[in-house]
Amino acid sequence: MKTAEEILARIKTALPEAGVEVAPNPSPSAQHSLLLSPASAVAVASFLRDDAELSLDYCSNATGVDWPGKEITEKVKVAKLVEGVETLVEEAVKRVEPGYLEAVYHLYSVKHARREIAGPVVLRMRTGNRTDQVTLPSLTPVWRSVEFQEREIFDLFGIVFAGHPDLRRILMWDEYEDHPMRKDYIDPDDYEYEPTPHDEVLKRAEMRKTEATV
Amino acid sequence: MTATAFKTYRPPVMEVSEAGDELLEVAMGPHHPSTHGVFRMDVALDGERVVKLKPVFGYLHRNHEKIAEKASYLASMPYTDRLDYFCSLTNNWAYALAVEKLAGLEVPERAEYIRVITAELTRIQNHASAIGFLMQEMGASGTPLMYAFREREKILDLFEELTGSRMMCNYMRFGGCRVELPSGWLEKVKTVVSGLPHFIDETEALLTGNEILMARSQGVGVLKPDLAVNAGVTGVMLRCTGVNYDIRKVDHYGIYDRFKFRVPLGDHGDIYDRYMLRVLEMRESVEILKQALKDIPAGPIMDPKSKIRGFRPKPGEAYGRIEAPKGELGFYLISDGSPNPYRYRVRPPSLINLTILEDMCLGQNVADVVLIFGSVDIVLGEVDR
Repeated sequence: MKTAEEILARIKTALPEAGVEVAPNPSPSAQHSLLLSPASAVAVASFLRDDAELSLDYCSNATGVDWPGKEITEKVKVAKLVEGVETLVEEAVKRVEPGYLEAVYHLYSVKHARREIAGPVVLRMRTGNRTDQVTLPSLTPVWRSVEFQEREIFDLFGIVFAGHPDLRRILMWDEYEDHPMRKDYIDPDDYEYEPTPHDEVLKRAEMRKTEATV
Repeated sequence: MTATAFKTYRPPVMEVSEAGDELLEVAMGPHHPSTHGVFRMDVALDGERVVKLKPVFGYLHRNHEKIAEKASYLASMPYTDRLDYFCSLTNNWAYALAVEKLAGLEVPERAEYIRVITAELTRIQNHASAIGFLMQEMGASGTPLMYAFREREKILDLFEELTGSRMMCNYMRFGGCRVELPSGWLEKVKTVVSGLPHFIDETEALLTGNEILMARSQGVGVLKPDLAVNAGVTGVMLRCTGVNYDIRKVDHYGIYDRFKFRVPLGDHGDIYDRYMLRVLEMRESVEILKQALKDIPAGPIMDPKSKIRGFRPKPGEAYGRIEAPKGELGFYLISDGSPNPYRYRVRPPSLINLTILEDMCLGQNVADVVLIFGSVDIVLGEVDR
């Protein structure tokens, strides 16, 4: 298996304007990933699949990751006039680092399976934010294995995959509105609450009771 | 487009076929004896022929991944047993392997041997039961399944003696295994393993040349190799199309490069090939077991660097995968340095092998849908998580 840098160099010669970077992984696993820009992701993915040298024809795993926005307090030294003298004063400045959602894909090559001991090639894509810019291009046209997995990401994380042939909820029911795998998700008290005729009867009984006491 | 724009989307209902005949829509499941749990297939039929099939999941969904992200690394180990409840030891292994990659732990040699022995026993009992269930669905009520369960019982007894539980084994730990083998356990394994070839011969004598099995399974549910690779199908389902991809041979995880074993490959990609491959894989597993039981060394079973309490891997991520009996089982973990995984993802072979269910069933008779589905060999605990 080639390292992430070598694959990046290959992508850059074939697709110079792809805008791919390496996202390093400090863990002992050393599975570094390639950060794709959503605009060119499908082109890069097709290249990785079809390139004779790489032949990453098998996308094993696709999943989402939620990175909520963080409020970071930093101490900044600011020059200020204190009693007429300009001095450096420490001030706490709050800065909000915007959050984003991420889709992660793990690729292997079945064609070159026996060539070397292979680690996964990891692709990542990031959304603009977590609320209204959550669309990413679907890689289902490139690898069909992610068809259900992208539906699952859509269901549990709320990333909308443009170009997916059948984007529906897969694990939660269709009427469900939230995305449970997000970090700021709050469990409802009753998952399957629906108003029933019984509720109406109880309400009327309650009303009659209050009328009787008045 | 916002994320909620799709919430009420439903696929269009087809009413008339190309020939102008009316189509019959059948909901197979969620309570259907053949569906191995709660799973639904929305099937549209033109006479007996399947023209549309949409699988519907989620009846057993409990958000395994979210629960694991709220628990410590070790606390998720017993929970992995519940994914594919037929193969808890391979689930344990896949999770332990991913965490070992994440934390950089080494596994002692004896523990690796124990892992191989338990995993191959798991594979045998899974394949035996899968064949049994498939035959049950084909109408061979009882005998093949009972033969399989008789053998499975012996293997589960071994698991019970080793781990304290028959199905929910919770045996592996990060950097080794939980407890040393009970005295005399290896001898018992040898006895069981020496009886397995007889069981496999018996199954083959009963089934391999059986006319009904051949008539119902040959050329049914054919899968093409290109589609299988592109759709991420793994395990027996992939190899029945002739694609030589076994993660034991590809990744050499554990100590699989020390054993001599062959990878059976199919030729036609139909149900009969899947049945045959399971039989042949059982035979190869017996070979691996014989070698492992001969070579198992004495020594420690845990990495001394591994910590049970206060286990906090350094920030980073890792993807670890093994060849589980049903296909590639992977775990993807992201650590942020806290005692809980920041992201915990299971790559379920059962779910992804169902991607091509519709492709295999289109144009087949409705009675064959049950067989094709049964030949995929899924467990709903893993599909829905």
